[in-house]
Amino acid sequence: MFVTLVDFAVLGMVALGMAFILARLFIGPTLYDRVLAVNAFGTKTVIFLVVFALMVGEPAAIDIALLYALMNFIATIAILKFFRYRSLEVALSQMALRRALDGEDD
Amino acid sequence: MMGDLTQYFDYVLMAMLLAVGVAVIRLRNLFAIVMLTGVYSLLSAAWFTSLDALDVGFTEAAVGAGISTVLLLAAMLLTSRECDKVSVSRHWAALAVCVAAGAVLLYALPDMPVYGSPDTPVNAGVGMEYMDRTADDLKKIPNVVTAVLGSYRGFDTMGEVFVVFAAGVGVALLMGLSGRRREEDE
Repeated sequence: MFVTLVDFAVLGMVALGMAFILARLFIGPTLYDRVLAVNAFGTKTVIFLVVFALMVGEPAAIDIALLYALMNFIATIAILKFFRYRSLEVALSQMALRRALDGEDD
Repeated sequence: MMGDLTQYFDYVLMAMLLAVGVAVIRLRNLFAIVMLTGVYSLLSAAWFTSLDALDVGFTEAAVGAGISTVLLLAAMLLTSRECDKVSVSRHWAALAVCVAAGAVLLYALPDMPVYGSPDTPVNAGVGMEYMDRTADDLKKIPNVVTAVLGSYRGFDTMGEVFVVFAAGVGVALLMGLSGRRREEDE
Protein backbone atom coordinates (compact mmCIF):
# COMPACT_ATOMS: atom_id res chain seq x y z
CA MET A 1 0.00 0.00 0.00
CA PHE A 2 2.71 2.43 1.04
CA VAL A 3 4.95 1.54 -1.88
CA THR A 4 2.03 1.86 -4.23
CA LEU A 5 1.33 5.40 -3.03
CA VAL A 6 4.99 6.36 -3.43
CA ASP A 7 4.97 4.94 -6.96
CA PHE A 8 1.78 6.84 -7.62
CA ALA A 9 3.35 10.10 -6.44
CA VAL A 10 6.46 9.51 -8.58
CA LEU A 11 4.39 8.75 -11.63
CA GLY A 12 2.24 11.81 -10.95
CA MET A 13 5.36 14.01 -10.85
CA VAL A 14 6.55 12.53 -14.16
CA ALA A 15 3.12 13.22 -15.65
CA LEU A 16 3.33 16.81 -14.37
CA GLY A 17 6.70 17.19 -16.07
CA MET A 18 5.17 15.83 -19.28
CA ALA A 19 2.44 18.48 -19.02
CA PHE A 20 5.03 21.26 -18.62
CA ILE A 21 6.99 20.04 -21.64
CA LEU A 22 3.74 19.88 -23.57
CA ALA A 23 3.13 23.55 -22.73
CA ARG A 24 6.58 24.44 -24.08
CA LEU A 25 5.77 22.44 -27.20
CA PHE A 26 2.57 24.43 -27.75
CA ILE A 27 4.05 27.85 -27.04
CA GLY A 28 7.63 27.26 -28.27
CA PRO A 29 8.57 30.41 -30.17
CA THR A 30 11.25 28.80 -32.33
CA LEU A 31 11.40 25.40 -33.98
CA TYR A 32 14.45 24.47 -31.92
CA ASP A 33 12.42 24.85 -28.73
CA ARG A 34 9.97 22.37 -30.18
CA VAL A 35 12.65 19.87 -31.22
CA LEU A 36 14.13 19.98 -27.72
CA ALA A 37 10.67 19.68 -26.21
CA VAL A 38 9.84 16.61 -28.33
CA ASN A 39 13.13 14.99 -27.40
CA ALA A 40 12.58 15.68 -23.70
CA PHE A 41 9.00 14.48 -23.98
CA GLY A 42 10.17 11.18 -25.43
CA THR A 43 12.58 10.75 -22.54
CA LYS A 44 9.81 11.54 -20.06
CA THR A 45 7.61 8.94 -21.75
CA VAL A 46 10.34 6.33 -21.39
CA ILE A 47 10.64 7.15 -17.67
CA PHE A 48 6.86 7.07 -17.34
CA LEU A 49 6.69 3.61 -18.91
CA VAL A 50 9.51 2.19 -16.80
CA VAL A 51 7.96 3.49 -13.56
CA PHE A 52 4.60 2.20 -14.71
CA ALA A 53 6.08 -1.22 -15.50
CA LEU A 54 7.63 -1.42 -12.03
CA MET A 55 4.42 -0.19 -10.42
CA VAL A 56 2.15 -2.72 -12.11
CA GLY A 57 4.74 -5.48 -12.05
CA GLU A 58 4.68 -5.96 -15.83
CA PRO A 59 8.28 -6.34 -17.04
CA ALA A 60 7.18 -6.55 -20.69
CA ALA A 61 6.35 -2.83 -20.60
CA ILE A 62 10.06 -2.12 -20.22
CA ASP A 63 10.53 -3.53 -23.74
CA ILE A 64 8.23 -0.80 -25.02
CA ALA A 65 10.21 1.78 -23.08
CA LEU A 66 13.39 0.54 -24.81
CA LEU A 67 11.70 0.71 -28.21
CA TYR A 68 10.65 4.28 -27.38
CA ALA A 69 14.19 5.29 -26.56
CA LEU A 70 15.38 3.95 -29.94
CA MET A 71 12.49 5.52 -31.86
CA ASN A 72 13.04 8.84 -30.14
CA PHE A 73 16.65 8.80 -31.26
CA ILE A 74 15.73 7.97 -34.88
CA ALA A 75 13.08 10.69 -34.98
CA THR A 76 15.47 13.29 -33.57
CA ILE A 77 18.13 12.34 -36.14
CA ALA A 78 15.57 12.64 -38.95
CA ILE A 79 14.39 16.04 -37.71
CA LEU A 80 17.89 17.44 -37.37
CA LYS A 81 18.84 16.07 -40.79
CA PHE A 82 15.80 17.79 -42.19
CA PHE A 83 16.88 21.07 -40.60
CA ARG A 84 20.48 20.92 -41.70
CA TYR A 85 20.28 19.47 -45.20
CA ARG A 86 16.65 19.85 -46.32
CA SER A 87 16.74 16.23 -47.47
CA LEU A 88 16.24 12.76 -46.05
CA GLU A 89 17.52 10.84 -49.07
CA VAL A 90 21.27 11.00 -48.63
CA ALA A 91 23.25 9.24 -45.93
CA LEU A 92 24.72 11.53 -43.30
CA SER A 93 28.24 10.36 -44.10
CA GLN A 94 27.90 11.61 -47.68
CA MET A 95 26.33 14.93 -46.83
CA ALA A 96 29.48 16.76 -45.74
CA LEU A 97 31.18 15.69 -48.97
CA ARG A 98 28.22 16.72 -51.08
CA ARG A 99 28.01 20.08 -49.38
CA ALA A 100 31.71 20.67 -49.95
CA LEU A 101 31.26 19.85 -53.65
CA ASP A 102 28.24 22.14 -53.92
CA GLY A 103 30.22 24.92 -52.27
CA GLU A 104 32.97 24.56 -54.90
CA ASP A 105 30.42 24.85 -57.68
CA ASP A 106 29.17 28.14 -56.28
CA MET B 1 -6.51 -0.91 -5.38
CA MET B 2 -4.08 -1.05 -8.30
CA GLY B 3 -6.80 -0.59 -10.85
CA ASP B 4 -8.16 2.37 -8.92
CA LEU B 5 -4.82 4.13 -9.04
CA THR B 6 -3.83 3.37 -12.63
CA GLN B 7 -7.09 4.65 -14.04
CA TYR B 8 -6.10 8.21 -13.05
CA PHE B 9 -3.11 7.94 -15.36
CA ASP B 10 -5.46 6.93 -18.15
CA TYR B 11 -7.39 10.16 -17.50
CA VAL B 12 -4.19 12.24 -17.42
CA LEU B 13 -2.93 10.68 -20.65
CA MET B 14 -6.30 11.17 -22.33
CA ALA B 15 -6.33 14.84 -21.25
CA MET B 16 -2.86 15.30 -22.76
CA LEU B 17 -4.04 13.57 -25.97
CA LEU B 18 -6.96 15.99 -26.14
CA ALA B 19 -4.67 19.00 -25.58
CA VAL B 20 -2.30 17.81 -28.32
CA GLY B 21 -5.22 17.25 -30.68
CA VAL B 22 -6.56 20.78 -30.10
CA ALA B 23 -3.06 22.21 -30.57
CA VAL B 24 -2.68 20.33 -33.89
CA ILE B 25 -5.87 22.00 -35.08
CA ARG B 26 -4.93 25.49 -33.85
CA LEU B 27 -1.30 25.70 -35.01
CA ARG B 28 -0.43 26.89 -38.51
CA ASN B 29 3.24 25.90 -38.56
CA LEU B 30 3.43 22.52 -40.31
CA PHE B 31 6.71 21.61 -38.66
CA ALA B 32 5.24 22.07 -35.19
CA ILE B 33 2.27 19.97 -36.26
CA VAL B 34 4.57 17.14 -37.36
CA MET B 35 6.26 17.30 -33.94
CA LEU B 36 2.90 17.22 -32.23
CA THR B 37 1.71 14.18 -34.17
CA GLY B 38 4.85 12.38 -33.00
CA VAL B 39 4.02 13.35 -29.41
CA TYR B 40 0.44 12.23 -30.01
CA SER B 41 1.52 8.74 -30.95
CA LEU B 42 3.98 8.61 -28.03
CA LEU B 43 1.14 9.51 -25.68
CA SER B 44 -1.32 7.08 -27.20
CA ALA B 45 1.24 4.27 -27.05
CA ALA B 46 1.81 5.05 -23.36
CA TRP B 47 -1.93 4.97 -22.91
CA PHE B 48 -2.20 1.57 -24.64
CA THR B 49 0.52 0.29 -22.33
CA SER B 50 -1.37 1.64 -19.36
CA LEU B 51 -4.47 -0.23 -20.61
CA ASP B 52 -2.40 -3.44 -20.67
CA ALA B 53 -2.45 -3.66 -24.49
CA LEU B 54 1.31 -4.03 -24.79
CA ASP B 55 1.31 -5.32 -28.37
CA VAL B 56 -0.76 -2.37 -29.61
CA GLY B 57 1.53 0.00 -27.74
CA PHE B 58 4.53 -1.64 -29.37
CA THR B 59 3.05 -1.21 -32.85
CA GLU B 60 2.03 2.37 -32.14
CA ALA B 61 5.51 3.25 -30.88
CA ALA B 62 7.20 1.71 -33.93
CA VAL B 63 4.82 2.93 -36.62
CA GLY B 64 3.33 6.09 -35.16
CA ALA B 65 6.23 7.67 -33.33
CA GLY B 66 9.01 6.40 -35.59
CA ILE B 67 8.04 5.89 -39.20
CA SER B 68 5.16 8.31 -39.60
CA THR B 69 7.13 11.25 -38.18
CA VAL B 70 9.88 10.62 -40.71
CA LEU B 71 7.33 10.16 -43.51
CA LEU B 72 5.56 13.41 -42.62
CA LEU B 73 8.91 15.22 -42.58
CA ALA B 74 9.71 13.78 -46.01
CA ALA B 75 6.31 14.95 -47.23
CA MET B 76 7.04 18.43 -45.84
CA LEU B 77 10.09 18.61 -48.10
CA LEU B 78 7.68 18.72 -51.05
CA THR B 79 5.33 21.33 -49.62
CA SER B 80 5.50 24.68 -47.85
CA ARG B 81 6.18 25.29 -44.16
CA GLU B 82 2.88 26.94 -43.29
CA CYS B 83 -0.60 25.69 -43.93
CA ASP B 84 -3.07 27.91 -45.80
CA LYS B 85 -6.02 29.62 -44.20
CA VAL B 86 -9.16 27.53 -44.41
CA SER B 87 -12.43 29.30 -45.07
CA VAL B 88 -15.05 29.28 -42.32
CA SER B 89 -17.64 27.47 -44.45
CA ARG B 90 -15.37 24.45 -44.65
CA HIS B 91 -15.02 24.56 -40.86
CA TRP B 92 -18.78 24.29 -40.54
CA ALA B 93 -18.91 21.34 -42.93
CA ALA B 94 -16.15 19.55 -40.97
CA LEU B 95 -17.94 20.31 -37.69
CA ALA B 96 -21.15 18.82 -39.08
CA VAL B 97 -19.35 15.62 -40.11
CA CYS B 98 -17.66 15.36 -36.70
CA VAL B 99 -20.89 15.93 -34.79
CA ALA B 100 -22.69 13.33 -36.92
CA ALA B 101 -19.94 10.74 -36.42
CA GLY B 102 -19.77 11.50 -32.70
CA ALA B 103 -23.54 11.14 -32.36
CA VAL B 104 -23.40 7.73 -34.04
CA LEU B 105 -20.57 6.64 -31.72
CA LEU B 106 -22.44 7.86 -28.62
CA TYR B 107 -25.56 6.05 -29.86
CA ALA B 108 -23.53 2.82 -30.10
CA LEU B 109 -21.86 3.33 -26.71
CA PRO B 110 -24.50 1.68 -24.49
CA ASP B 111 -24.13 -1.57 -26.45
CA MET B 112 -20.43 -1.77 -25.59
CA PRO B 113 -19.54 -4.16 -22.75
CA VAL B 114 -18.09 -2.68 -19.57
CA TYR B 115 -14.27 -2.35 -19.60
CA GLY B 116 -12.80 -5.63 -18.31
CA SER B 117 -16.16 -7.38 -18.25
CA PRO B 118 -15.92 -11.19 -18.32
CA ASP B 119 -19.00 -11.52 -20.52
CA THR B 120 -17.55 -9.97 -23.67
CA PRO B 121 -17.14 -12.19 -26.75
CA VAL B 122 -13.38 -11.77 -26.38
CA ASN B 123 -13.35 -13.05 -22.82
CA ALA B 124 -16.06 -15.68 -23.15
CA GLY B 125 -15.81 -17.25 -26.62
CA VAL B 126 -13.07 -19.03 -28.50
CA GLY B 127 -10.50 -16.53 -27.22
CA MET B 128 -10.45 -18.09 -23.77
CA GLU B 129 -9.80 -21.50 -25.32
CA TYR B 130 -6.61 -20.18 -26.90
CA MET B 131 -5.69 -18.47 -23.62
CA ASP B 132 -5.88 -21.88 -21.95
CA ARG B 133 -4.12 -23.76 -24.72
CA THR B 134 -1.20 -21.34 -25.03
CA ALA B 135 0.10 -22.24 -21.58
CA ASP B 136 0.39 -25.92 -22.58
CA ASP B 137 1.17 -25.73 -26.30
CA LEU B 138 3.81 -23.03 -26.34
CA LYS B 139 5.68 -22.84 -23.08
CA LYS B 140 8.41 -20.63 -24.50
CA ILE B 141 6.12 -17.80 -25.58
CA PRO B 142 5.15 -15.59 -22.63
CA ASN B 143 2.63 -13.40 -24.44
CA VAL B 144 -0.66 -14.82 -25.71
CA VAL B 145 -0.91 -12.25 -28.49
CA THR B 146 2.52 -13.25 -29.78
CA ALA B 147 1.52 -16.90 -29.63
CA VAL B 148 -1.68 -16.30 -31.59
CA LEU B 149 -0.03 -14.04 -34.19
CA GLY B 150 3.12 -16.08 -34.63
CA SER B 151 1.87 -19.61 -34.24
CA TYR B 152 -1.89 -20.28 -34.27
CA ARG B 153 -2.50 -17.97 -37.22
CA GLY B 154 1.07 -17.96 -38.49
CA PHE B 155 0.12 -18.46 -42.16
CA ASP B 156 -2.16 -15.44 -42.01
CA THR B 157 0.62 -13.34 -40.51
CA MET B 158 3.02 -14.58 -43.19
CA GLY B 159 0.53 -13.48 -45.87
CA GLU B 160 0.35 -10.04 -44.28
CA VAL B 161 4.13 -9.79 -44.25
CA PHE B 162 4.20 -10.73 -47.95
CA VAL B 163 1.63 -8.03 -48.74
CA VAL B 164 3.58 -5.35 -46.86
CA PHE B 165 6.83 -6.47 -48.50
CA ALA B 166 5.24 -6.40 -51.98
CA ALA B 167 3.90 -2.91 -51.30
CA GLY B 168 7.33 -1.74 -50.20
CA VAL B 169 9.02 -3.22 -53.25
CA GLY B 170 6.38 -1.67 -55.50
CA VAL B 171 6.88 1.79 -54.01
CA ALA B 172 10.65 1.42 -54.25
CA LEU B 173 10.40 0.40 -57.93
CA LEU B 174 8.00 3.24 -58.77
CA MET B 175 9.78 6.03 -56.88
CA GLY B 176 13.32 4.84 -57.48
CA LEU B 177 15.85 4.16 -54.80
CA SER B 178 17.63 7.03 -53.12
CA GLY B 179 20.00 9.37 -54.88
CA ARG B 180 19.85 8.15 -58.46
CA ARG B 181 17.76 11.02 -59.78
CA ARG B 182 20.10 13.60 -58.28
CA GLU B 183 23.14 12.08 -59.94
CA GLU B 184 21.38 12.20 -63.33
CA ASP B 185 20.67 15.90 -62.74
CA GLU B 186 24.32 16.58 -62.21
